[in-house]
Amino acid sequence: MKPLRISNYTVTSALGPGRAAQLDALRAQRSGLSQTPFETCTLPTWIGQVQGLDAPLEGELASWDCRNNRLAELGLNQDGFIESVDRLRQRHGAPRVGVFLGTSTSGIHQTELAYRVRDHEAGGALPPSFNFRTTQNIFSCADFVRRRLRLEGVSHVISTACSSSAKVFASAWRAMQCGLCDAAVVGGVDSLCLTTLHGFNALQLLSADLCRPADVRRDGISIGEAAGFAILERSDQPGPALLGYGESSDAHHMSSPDPEGRGAMAAMSAALQRSGLAPGDIDYVNLHGTGTPANDLAEDKAVAALLGTATPCSSTKGWTGHTLGAAGILEAALCLLAIEHGLLPRSLNTRERDPALQVAVLLENRETRLRHAMSNSFGFGGSNCSLVFGARG
Amino acid sequence: MNPLYIEAVGCFAPGLDGWVTAQPVLRGERSYQREELPPHPPQRLPANERRRATLAVRIAFRVAEDALGAPGFTGRSPDSLATVFASSDGDTHVVHRTSLALAGPRREVSPTDFHNSVHNAAAGYWSIAVGARLPSVSLSACHASFAAGLLEAGTLVQAEDLDCLLVAFDVRPPAPLLESWSITESAAVALILSPRRSAGALAKLRIELVSSVAETTMDDVALEFLRRSNPAARALPLLRLLAQRGFGPVLLDGAGEHSLRVDLESL
Repeated sequence: MKPLRISNYTVTSALGPGRAAQLDALRAQRSGLSQTPFETCTLPTWIGQVQGLDAPLEGELASWDCRNNRLAELGLNQDGFIESVDRLRQRHGAPRVGVFLGTSTSGIHQTELAYRVRDHEAGGALPPSFNFRTTQNIFSCADFVRRRLRLEGVSHVISTACSSSAKVFASAWRAMQCGLCDAAVVGGVDSLCLTTLHGFNALQLLSADLCRPADVRRDGISIGEAAGFAILERSDQPGPALLGYGESSDAHHMSSPDPEGRGAMAAMSAALQRSGLAPGDIDYVNLHGTGTPANDLAEDKAVAALLGTATPCSSTKGWTGHTLGAAGILEAALCLLAIEHGLLPRSLNTRERDPALQVAVLLENRETRLRHAMSNSFGFGGSNCSLVFGARG
Repeated sequence: MNPLYIEAVGCFAPGLDGWVTAQPVLRGERSYQREELPPHPPQRLPANERRRATLAVRIAFRVAEDALGAPGFTGRSPDSLATVFASSDGDTHVVHRTSLALAGPRREVSPTDFHNSVHNAAAGYWSIAVGARLPSVSLSACHASFAAGLLEAGTLVQAEDLDCLLVAFDVRPPAPLLESWSITESAAVALILSPRRSAGALAKLRIELVSSVAETTMDDVALEFLRRSNPAARALPLLRLLAQRGFGPVLLDGAGEHSLRVDLESL
């Protein structure tokens, strides 16, 4: 496929706000996970919490205030992203720039808070301050971001659980290919809430320990939160680019992957094929690597079958936690940082590599030049997406 | 965008129980009477899953099954279709149950509710039920979700040369969310779209983005009320034109500062 240039990108996670903070933490081998509880949650678990989300949104978008949109606002303010979008708007015109974001739970924490203070004398009514459209609604984050960036083009939110903000790259490529827009802001925002913490706990997928991807004693995920954004344009200028994408459905189970990794394999093959690259051209794979026994094993089979067992691989969820609907954009950004700075992050918290896994899991950070990186994102409902990134000289 | 072809239609809303029943009403041959939705167990799910299926899954399956079973549609098997599931809010009943549980002292979330809480639950169950392994997008654009879904399906058809099942659906929320939100009816619509004209194709569509203009409305007051009560029901003017075997433009609000002009030509 014709690559899309990524003319700017930014990401904010538990490692800190912006690209430099991610890189500093990776170099300093500092995980963003901690046992500091989220809100009133008393579950024994580690979380990847973003700092600086306590102040409400102000100004004309104040009614969009919720944790998810605060995180979006914090994320937009890093790495000169808003200024880049200002220039993008001048180049293409506001109606010709699309906004495609991913989230899994949007502003649901606002609904959780509203349900705590229902008025039982008024039949259990929610407080008048609760605004469904600007918080709970799945489109809320893209609606907030497109208003904040004064963009008027086509827009939607993809919500396919943990593949959401990977699939926005595919959606934006198609929209540009069909002439619906000339450029796009893509990304994702997903924030901590009680629904995911208690929900994953109910499914026995939440670890009480640190998330330990690929470890022989891995026992589940640590939940994190993140916001990330990228600008996609048609341009032959040198720099980072989206080279390929692939999507598939498992058709297997709602909350566990196909144990043979067939869906993962189909998404990765399609991404590789679109990029026009050979398996040996992929220098690094950022694994979905949730740290559940089932995911890591199924994904390992798929990666080994497509790329062999020599390609360096790591999951970065031991650094950031699993940021769910934001995992796609966060890990895309970590791939772009790896390409730009020649740093392959290790599989943090992996103590003893599971001997049942075949792929070359990085147990130490590696400094090396790389040309192409693949990022995997797989979600509930069997929704799979793989992306291939590279730098054009 | 390139033209695309409608191969089959599914429809389910209060008083519009299936595409066959809906057509004379939309043509004005029979008056519209609002009726409660009849039970609609998802036929293609295994019995144990069928019993536990949430409202959103039921209504999404109902229209997908309606489209695939349409008389004259001898098209492709469902596993050969990419899918787009467009919904403003997914299943607000699951959100309600989960939020109630989290507001209680024990905070016990049902694991089934949690895995049904994802916005792509209907897409996931559909993929499992029919063995569909092709790309699938579940999206929201609030009240413009049908328009956004139509665009996304159109890009899958054009850019990837895939036949695509588009399902737009939303369910009437439970109290207390109903008091906070403008979706007041359950409704769903399905279209099977193709890049090529087949022998059974119903209509040709051309879609373009235009500056914001007023949406096409329904003449009948009750049908206009229905159109405004649910994001999927924004498709009603398009369905009316299809039912009439007519042609002409339909204007839909987009999710940005623009509208969609959809030119339909019945075949």
